[in-house]
Amino acid sequence: MSTPLTGLPTLQVDWQTLLTVNLPALMLVVIGVPLVLAAYIVGADILVRRLPKRSQVSVRPWVWVGPAIVIVGVILVYPMFGTIFRSLFDRHGSTFVGLGNFTRLLTDGGILIVLRNNLLWLLLYPGLVLIFGLLLAVLADRVPYEKPVKSLIFMPLAISFVAMAIIWQFMYYYRPPDVAQTGTLNAIVVNLFHGQPQTWVQDTRYNNFALIFIGVWGATGFAMVILSAALKGIPGELLEAARVDGANELTVFRRIILPLMMPTIVVVGTTMVIFALKAFDVVYVMTAGNYNTDILARRMYAELYSAGNNANASTLAVILLLAVVPVLIFNLRQFRAVESRR
Amino acid sequence: MGRLTRLLAAMAIVVLGVTACGSSTTSSGQIGGTVHVLGTWSGAEKDSFDAVMKPFTDQTGVKISFEATRDLGPILQTKIAAGNPPDITAAPGIGTLIQLARAGKVVALDDKLDMSQLNANYGADWINLGKVDGKLVTLYAWAALKGLVWYDPKAFQAKGYQVPKTWDDLMALQTRIKSDGGKPWCVAMENQAASGWPGTDWVKEIVLSQSGPTVYDKWWQGKQKWTSSEIKQAWTTWGSILGPGDSNVYGGSQYMIATTFGDGGQGLFSSPPKCYMFNQGSFITSFFDGYTPKPVAGTDYAVFPLPDVNSSNAGAHVLAGDAFVMTKDTPQARAMLKYLATAQAQDIWVKRGGGKIAINKQVSLSDYPDPISKSLAQVVVDTKIGRYDAGDLMPSDMQSAYWSAALKFAQNQSQLDSILADLDKKQVTAYASP
Repeated sequence: MSTPLTGLPTLQVDWQTLLTVNLPALMLVVIGVPLVLAAYIVGADILVRRLPKRSQVSVRPWVWVGPAIVIVGVILVYPMFGTIFRSLFDRHGSTFVGLGNFTRLLTDGGILIVLRNNLLWLLLYPGLVLIFGLLLAVLADRVPYEKPVKSLIFMPLAISFVAMAIIWQFMYYYRPPDVAQTGTLNAIVVNLFHGQPQTWVQDTRYNNFALIFIGVWGATGFAMVILSAALKGIPGELLEAARVDGANELTVFRRIILPLMMPTIVVVGTTMVIFALKAFDVVYVMTAGNYNTDILARRMYAELYSAGNNANASTLAVILLLAVVPVLIFNLRQFRAVESRR
Repeated sequence: MGRLTRLLAAMAIVVLGVTACGSSTTSSGQIGGTVHVLGTWSGAEKDSFDAVMKPFTDQTGVKISFEATRDLGPILQTKIAAGNPPDITAAPGIGTLIQLARAGKVVALDDKLDMSQLNANYGADWINLGKVDGKLVTLYAWAALKGLVWYDPKAFQAKGYQVPKTWDDLMALQTRIKSDGGKPWCVAMENQAASGWPGTDWVKEIVLSQSGPTVYDKWWQGKQKWTSSEIKQAWTTWGSILGPGDSNVYGGSQYMIATTFGDGGQGLFSSPPKCYMFNQGSFITSFFDGYTPKPVAGTDYAVFPLPDVNSSNAGAHVLAGDAFVMTKDTPQARAMLKYLATAQAQDIWVKRGGGKIAINKQVSLSDYPDPISKSLAQVVVDTKIGRYDAGDLMPSDMQSAYWSAALKFAQNQSQLDSILADLDKKQVTAYASP
């Protein structure tokens, strides 16, 4: 096997599979799917036109929205009800236990801390991301070196949550007081403030905040860029007119900038709430749920893969779902209110 | 357009060249093809695996495609559920493998390997360890010895400390080090999602040596309560090592839970020493090699096995090793497992250091690269009661609860009763069939 290619990664192409399986499948997706959709729309519209004029108006929207409803039904609604169904059975999926899984899980002392942590994530993560993002967007708008500042703050968004957690392990690293601190945060605490080094990740007094802050660090750039774009969209004459009328900068911000940016803030806020509920990676990598930092998504993963317990995993998923619903309703209402104000 | 045609032509030549080169191996009478291996190694351990597999690839033309993950159980289960298992899985924790074997997801090896040769080369314990319900499903290619105490002989000599021969000696040495103003132990338990396991090593070593193999086996099989007097006694014995309020340990509980296990030995080598003893498995030497300045085996560090807690269980040692299972039966996978059981393969592993000890009896003691690994191989040979790592044998959610329990205990020893009661609760659900 001493060919000139030795030392290079060898490229093995399975032509048979590529030509007989992969290629036809790709053709089917690229050509077939749009073809079927087009045929559906044209065909259905021809059928709709045959209906009496009055009922055409009420039928046509359903024809158009039909494929979307089917897809959402198959990949979202059906699994959701499947999960709810499974949460009512025991771990073998054979015996109906009613709400037994819920009462057992909720009376287990451990779950209350998990719920508390999820609440912390839900409140602090979107809140801090919005506050920092807005602050940076408004302040950066007023300095000549806006672009480099924004680029720097935007950069963490390119890093995956797992990589972020690894990076922050170095930031939070703990060494005993009698040796030099190598963790950035403890080096600051010890050298600048002459304090004791802290175990940021392990100490239950503030480790949840330490973990949430990693997420905030990663997402602030995203919020800042979107909010900054919205800020630039506000007409300058409007601000000028307010200032001429004697409004100070704080009033301009509160009465003009903030209301005009509200639609964007709601969009960013909604995205962050979804991110907060999806939170998993940072906790999984840094503590694996130890030291009172467990959250529902990680616990669900542990129940499903490590314990192989479908009942508990489904029950946790349903609890997460129930926690999300009020937030979703609030967000939708907020969104509609903003839309109607336009 | 002309450019594109030329580019395509060039690509075609490259691709054809590569396939031609690929087919030449099969025509020369070798097996050829590829084995997909799922494992946990990276860095030095992965380099060693590559070195071990190189002669195999040269001899048979079988290429190794290695996929590494630190979260092996879930990844493997997902792959199997998707109908896309790896050919070979190399797992440090075999609890998951036992469950998969019971579910019929793992290929039995009894008729796939040359059993008479394996019986001749392997001790009966190591073959029995690989059996689930009477069928051989896992093969071990090397062993690691747990329950080893690492120390700096120069530091011991400077203070006139002797290597303890009995448990009482060890307790006396602890007291003496403390009265000299030093810290007897370094303990480090941080390992991301697997944090806590180095603490559980202490407990399982004490259980085996203190209460014997019968209790040990009942315990990992889920038939011995955590709150039973034997298991509780093991925890309190570990507590007597840590001292009241972790006062025997350098840096106290904060250091124990926040320090990565591989860095835990650094305290031995600072001047003056931060601590005098460090309990860790034989593989820890590969982490010592990464310290600056690099400590030298024999002069900077030496090792003694943890003394017997109870003399009636003398020579009891907890062993570990990566278990190889066939998750998909292919000729290449069979050839690879056969090769791993040979002295040729295990010799390479042993010579590369890293604390790996050969299981194949044909590997001679003179092949070990330094006096320390040679003495460890001798300990394995002399082992009277050998048991596999109990945590690795438990179902994976029992194991992770056990890891978390070690962290909680290190933080506050007075919580022991509630910690053990929680583990009992977990035991009830963890051992229920999935």
